[in-house]
Amino acid sequence: MLALLTRDLRLAMRAGGGFGLGLAFFLLVAVLVPLGVGPEGAVLAKIAPGILWVGALLACLLSLDRLFALDFEDGSLDLLATAPIPLEGVVAVKSLAHWLVTGVPLVLVAPVLGVLLNLPVAGYGWLVVSLALGTPALSVIGAFGAALVVGVKRGGLLLSLLVLPLYVPTLIFGAEVVKRGAGGLAVGTPLALLAGITLAAAALLPFASAAALRVNLR
Amino acid sequence: MSIWEYANPKKFMQSSAAVLPWVAGLSALCLVTGLVWGFFLTPDDYRQGSTVKIIYLHVPSAMMAINAWAMMLVASLIWLVRRHHVSALAAKAAAPVGLTMTVIALVTGALWGQPMWGTWWAWDPRLTSFLILTLFYFGYIALWQAVEDPDTAADLTAVLCLVGSVFAVLSRYAVLFWNQGLHQGASLSLDKKENVADVFWLPLVVCIAGFVLLFLTLVLVRTRTEVRARRLAALLARERLA
Repeated sequence: MLALLTRDLRLAMRAGGGFGLGLAFFLLVAVLVPLGVGPEGAVLAKIAPGILWVGALLACLLSLDRLFALDFEDGSLDLLATAPIPLEGVVAVKSLAHWLVTGVPLVLVAPVLGVLLNLPVAGYGWLVVSLALGTPALSVIGAFGAALVVGVKRGGLLLSLLVLPLYVPTLIFGAEVVKRGAGGLAVGTPLALLAGITLAAAALLPFASAAALRVNLR
Repeated sequence: MSIWEYANPKKFMQSSAAVLPWVAGLSALCLVTGLVWGFFLTPDDYRQGSTVKIIYLHVPSAMMAINAWAMMLVASLIWLVRRHHVSALAAKAAAPVGLTMTVIALVTGALWGQPMWGTWWAWDPRLTSFLILTLFYFGYIALWQAVEDPDTAADLTAVLCLVGSVFAVLSRYAVLFWNQGLHQGASLSLDKKENVADVFWLPLVVCIAGFVLLFLTLVLVRTRTEVRARRLAALLARERLA
């Protein structure tokens, strides 16, 4: 499993693309929104939590279609399926690798983009916490979507149609944490719910993803 | 004789052909009675005027939109566990009907909301969760169309339906947490105190029965079409091989 993780990480690093692109997209969203909405600080501060979360979510979505598709095309997914570790484990490790190369950089960059969007000072800590807690769920749910469409040619658009509705609860609770944090309110409830979604998704969805992969590899 | 015998396509086609005219006729009867009764023979509400009558389309279609997904969930489970093809095809057949019901509920709601709330749309929990349900239907239908092999498509959509159901329920509660709304509570419940007044209640129940039967009719017709399409594909494949 560790070997698979290092392999995926190395592939992501050397092939470039994936991980830089997500970050660049996130940056672009944060730059384009003020251009569209107008530069008033009060307005930006109000919408900053939502924009940052939506941006992170879409940036996460960008690299999903490569999660299984590349391995499916060159046949390594068949080898992984017959490997001694269970396919559920493969899915979990690949989601973890996806989170490490897209989720973690997003978490690290988000405070900088918060400055661009005039996020209130109290919100920065909660922005990092909520993204750190929520982005694993995005990767795991995304892996499920990617597993469903792996056999479909040009499945990218279909993937976003399938995955975005599944992202709704994560987005709502994640943005709520930042909004309450920025407003100086108690964040306990949405934070606990966000963590709950992440844990439940990480525990259960790999089984669904592995089932979908098995169907696609049949 | 067990109920699973009806999962045999041949048996299903026979029995559904026998049942279909009755269900369709009863559905038409209920709908005509309920709608005419509701539209022309009930008084206007003292505050809402005649707009209250949209309830006869709005409430039944909203109920069926959710029940259609529940039916797809059950059918998907049966397909995953017992591999009855008719079950998978019934789930496939129900999806566009459910989507239509969702759209009817949203549109009639908007038409009612404009004069009553002063807005076509509000980000109210019920409205928002219905919009999300629409997205789930779109995704489900799109996945059926994207995957070429029918058995693979049936498996994948069944898994999507299971996971989607969990997330749909989750979204419902998340949205409730996110915004407290404008939409009134349930129009009908077994607890009599909360119900709408009797004059509106009776035709509404008839309309709901009509919508349930209409849903059943459409799903049966569409499932029969799917079974025939399967047979046709099999015949064509056989001819090509011969």
